[in-house]
Amino acid sequence: MATSTSTQGRRHPAAALIGFFAVLGLLTLLMAFSGTWTPKLGLDLSGGTSITLTAANTSGSGAVNSSSLEQARAIIEQRVNSLGVGEAEVSTSGGNQIIVAVPNVQGNELVDMVGTTAQLAFRRVYQVDYSYAAADPTIATELPSTPAAAADWRTEPETELPTGEAGRQELLTSQLAYTPTEEETAAFAEWNCGDDFPDVWDQVLFACLRADQVSDSMLQAGVNQKYLLGPSLIEGERVSSASAGIPQNQTSWVVQLSFDALGTTLFTDVSTALVDATEPANQFGIVLDADVISAPRMNDRITGGSASISGSFTQDTATNLANVLKYGALPLNFELGNVENVSASLGSEQLQAGLIAGAIGLGLVVAYSFLYYRGLAAVVIASLGVAGLMTYAMIVLLGQSVGFALSLPGLAGVIVAIGVTADSFVILFERIRDEAREGNSLRTAVETGWRHARRTIVVADAVSLLSAVILFILSIGAVKGFAFALGLTTAIDLAIVFFFTKPLISLLVKTSFFGQGRKGSGLEAEHLGVNPARRPKPRRTLASAGKGA
Amino acid sequence: MSATETSAAPKAAPKKANLAHRLWTGEVSYDFVGHRRRWYAFSAVILALSLAGLLIRGLDLGIEFAGGSRFQVDVPAITDTVVEDYRDAALEAGITGLDPVVTTVGQKIAVQTRSLDAQEQSQLRTALAALAGVDEEAVAYTQIGASWGAQVTSQAAIALVVFLVLVAILIWAYFRNGKMAVSALVCLGHDLIVTVGVYAWVGFSVTPATLTGVLTILGYSLYDTVVVFDKVRENWASLETSHLTYSEAANRADNQVLMRSINTTLIGVLPVAALLFAGSFALGSGPLEDIGLALFVGMIAGAYSSIFIATPLLAQLKDREPAVKELNEKITRRRAKQTRYGAAQTAVSESADGDLLIAIEAVEAEPASASPASAAETPSHRQQPRHLTRAQRTKR
Repeated sequence: MATSTSTQGRRHPAAALIGFFAVLGLLTLLMAFSGTWTPKLGLDLSGGTSITLTAANTSGSGAVNSSSLEQARAIIEQRVNSLGVGEAEVSTSGGNQIIVAVPNVQGNELVDMVGTTAQLAFRRVYQVDYSYAAADPTIATELPSTPAAAADWRTEPETELPTGEAGRQELLTSQLAYTPTEEETAAFAEWNCGDDFPDVWDQVLFACLRADQVSDSMLQAGVNQKYLLGPSLIEGERVSSASAGIPQNQTSWVVQLSFDALGTTLFTDVSTALVDATEPANQFGIVLDADVISAPRMNDRITGGSASISGSFTQDTATNLANVLKYGALPLNFELGNVENVSASLGSEQLQAGLIAGAIGLGLVVAYSFLYYRGLAAVVIASLGVAGLMTYAMIVLLGQSVGFALSLPGLAGVIVAIGVTADSFVILFERIRDEAREGNSLRTAVETGWRHARRTIVVADAVSLLSAVILFILSIGAVKGFAFALGLTTAIDLAIVFFFTKPLISLLVKTSFFGQGRKGSGLEAEHLGVNPARRPKPRRTLASAGKGA
Repeated sequence: MSATETSAAPKAAPKKANLAHRLWTGEVSYDFVGHRRRWYAFSAVILALSLAGLLIRGLDLGIEFAGGSRFQVDVPAITDTVVEDYRDAALEAGITGLDPVVTTVGQKIAVQTRSLDAQEQSQLRTALAALAGVDEEAVAYTQIGASWGAQVTSQAAIALVVFLVLVAILIWAYFRNGKMAVSALVCLGHDLIVTVGVYAWVGFSVTPATLTGVLTILGYSLYDTVVVFDKVRENWASLETSHLTYSEAANRADNQVLMRSINTTLIGVLPVAALLFAGSFALGSGPLEDIGLALFVGMIAGAYSSIFIATPLLAQLKDREPAVKELNEKITRRRAKQTRYGAAQTAVSESADGDLLIAIEAVEAEPASASPASAAETPSHRQQPRHLTRAQRTKR
C-alpha cells in the first residue's frame, strides 16, 4: 500500500504534472504560432446568416450524386463570393445538404441569391477581347471596380418577357437586329473582368468566362476572355434536355441539346441569323449567372430543335456543360430548408448570456466545493482552471484547423461539462475519504482511493463520451455543437484527472497541511468522520443505544 | 424520511458525527427498500402528473419540427399594447394566411408565422423593422421550410429510437442480468416521462436542443443506476458467502452511494441551473433554456429514480428468485438462532424490518481490514456475534 506501488508506478507525481504542463504549453505555443487567440464564433454568437439547402434528386428517386452536390456547392460558393462579403463558408453536409454561412450579413439579397435558381440565357456574341484583370473572381472583387460606369447601365428590364409564342418570336426578330452602340463599344474596351455589370435579360451584357472555364495557361497569365453580348435570345427554360456523350463513329465528347416547341422555333431563327454572320457575331454565348460558360460557333442552320455542341471537351467539361444546360444554375434542385438570421445585437446578447451562464455555473461549483471540501477545493479550482485553459486552447485550435465554430449549443455543452469534470473530482475525493474512514493513513488513502475511483471515473466519462459521439452522429444542425463540446471536454476531463488532479493530490498529501489533515484542509479527521486518536471508534448496537436512551 | 439512527455514545463520538461517514458504515441507514411502496406511490403520482401534463397541455413543437418562420426584434419599450401593435403590423404587411403569433421575449418581440417564401419574409421584416424604428437588418429571423421540418422530425425520431436501442443493449451487456436490466429500463422510462411531463407543464417549445438534452440525460440516468447496481453486486457478492438478504444488500448499497449521488447530482445540476437561469432570464428563449430545462429535470429525476425506484424494484424482483428466497430464509433462521444466543436481543425483539436491518449492520459493519490495534478497543459484546457467524460458516 506504499506510494511506490501506486498506480503512478515508480514515477514521481511531479513528473506527470510537468508532462501535463508541457502539453498545455505546447497548445499555447500552437495558438501563438497560428496567431489566433480567440475562438471562432458561430453565427448565432457573432451575428450573420446561415442557409441550409436540401437537394432533391431531379430524377425523383435514389440518392443524391455526391459529385453533383459538390458541383452545386462550387457554383453557390461562386455566387456568394460575387457578393463580396468575404469569409463566406459554403459546405456540404449529410449527403444532400449545402450549408451557406456568412458572418455579419443580414440582408435579404443573400437568401434571394442562394435560394433562387440562376438565370441561364443564350445571347449573341458581338465582341471578344482579352481582359487583363485577374481571372480569379475572388481576387477580382478586391480590385477597385468602376462604379461610375456600372451605374450608367439599366438595372431593370425595359420590356416584359412576352408570354405568347408569337410575341416572343417577334421580339427575337428585333433582338437579332441589335448592334452595339459606339458608347457601348467604348465602355466595353474599358471594362475588365470583375467589374460590376448589371445582368438584365433584355439589355447588353459584358461578361467573362467563368473561372472554371478559363484555360490553365490563361489562368496562369492572369488573363480572361471578356464578351460583349446582346440581349437574351432564348431563355434557359426552353431547353428540354441536354446530355454529354460520344456519338457513334466519333471519338470526341459532344453535348447534345434539345429545345421545347417554342425553343425550337426560336433556335431556328437564331441559327439562321447567326450561321452567315461574321466572326464573332456567329458565336452563341451560353450565359449563366452573368458568366459565360461557353460560346460555340454556329456552323449550321438548325431547324429540328436539337443541336450538338462539339469542341475540345473532356468527359468532365462535357458533363459540366450538359448539367448547366439541363439544370440552369445547379445540377440539382434545391429547396430552402432553413434560414437562420441572427442580427449582430442578438448575437452579442447570446454570447453574453452564455458567458454569464458559464460564470454563474463555475462560481456555484467552486462555492459548493469550498463548502464541502474546504482546502481540497483548491484542487478543484486548479483542476477546473487548467481544464478551462485546455478547452479554450482546443476550441481555438480546432477553429483554426478544422473550422470548428463555437455556437450557443456548444457553449452550453462546455458549461454542462463543468459538472462532468467536477463530478470526477467528487468521485475521487469521496473514495479517498472512504479509504480514510476505513482507517488508512491519508497518503495510503489517496493511492488506494485513486485505484478504486479510477475505474468509476473512466466508466462515467465513457458513458458521457459515448452519448456525445452518438448525439453528434444523430443530431441536426447547430445542436451538433453541443455534442462536440461535451465530447471534447469529457476527453479533456479524463486527461486532467489522470495527469493533473491525481498527481497534484499525491503531492499535496506530502505537505503537512493536507497530509496531517490540518484544520481547513478538508482532510481533517472530524470532517471525514474519523477520529485518528481512537480509530475506529467503537460502534454501538441498537441494544446499547436503546438502553442509553 | 424513515431513518433509524443509533445514537453514538456521547463520550466517544465527535460532537458533529459526519452523516456521510455514518451512512457509509451503516450507522445511519435509510430504509429505501423497505419503504418502497411509499416511493412507488410518490413516483406514480409524479408520473400521473407528467402524463396529465402531456395530455392536457401537450408539447409545443417548435418551428424546427413543424416548419415556419420566426422573427425577433428589439423594441423600445414593452407596453400593454405592444403585442397587439405588432400583430396588426404583421397582418397589414399584405401576406395572405399569415396567422402570426406574437409574444414578448424579454425586451424583444417575437413573431411566429407559417413558413414564408423569400419575398414574404422580406415584406414582413420590413414591416416589423418600421414599427420598431430599427434598421431592417436588426430584425433576426429563422425560417424553416415545411419539408425541412419533416426531415428534422424524422431525424429526431431516428435519434430517439437508436439511442434507446443502444442504451438497452448497453444495459444488457453491462449487467448480464435480466432483472437489473429491467429495473434500469424502468428507471429510464420514469426519467423520460417525468422530464417530458415537466416540459409540457412549463410550456417551453420543443426544439432539437430539447431532444439533445433529453438524450443526454438518458446517459446520465443510466450511469446513476450503474453505480448503485455495482454496489449492490459488490455487497451481495455471491449467494454462498452473503450474510445479508438481497434486500439488505441492495438497501446498504443505496445508503453507501447516497452521499456520492447527492454530491455528483448537485455539482452536475449547478452549472445546468446556471444555463437555465441565463437562458430564460437573459435570453428568454433558445437552446440554453431548452437544454437547461431538460437536463435540470432529467438529472434530478435520474438521481432520484436510481435510489428510490431502481434499487427497491431490483430487490423486489430478486427476492422472488427461488435461490434468493431460500437464502433469505436461511439468513432469517440464522438470525433467529443468534437471538437465542442473546447477541442482538433488543434488535430482533423490535423486529420491524428496518430495525432488524440496523442491528445486523451494526454487527457486521466492522470492515475486515480493521487494524489489529483497533481490535483491542473493540468492546467485548461485539465479539460474540462475530464468533458465532464464523462458527456457522464453518458448519456449512
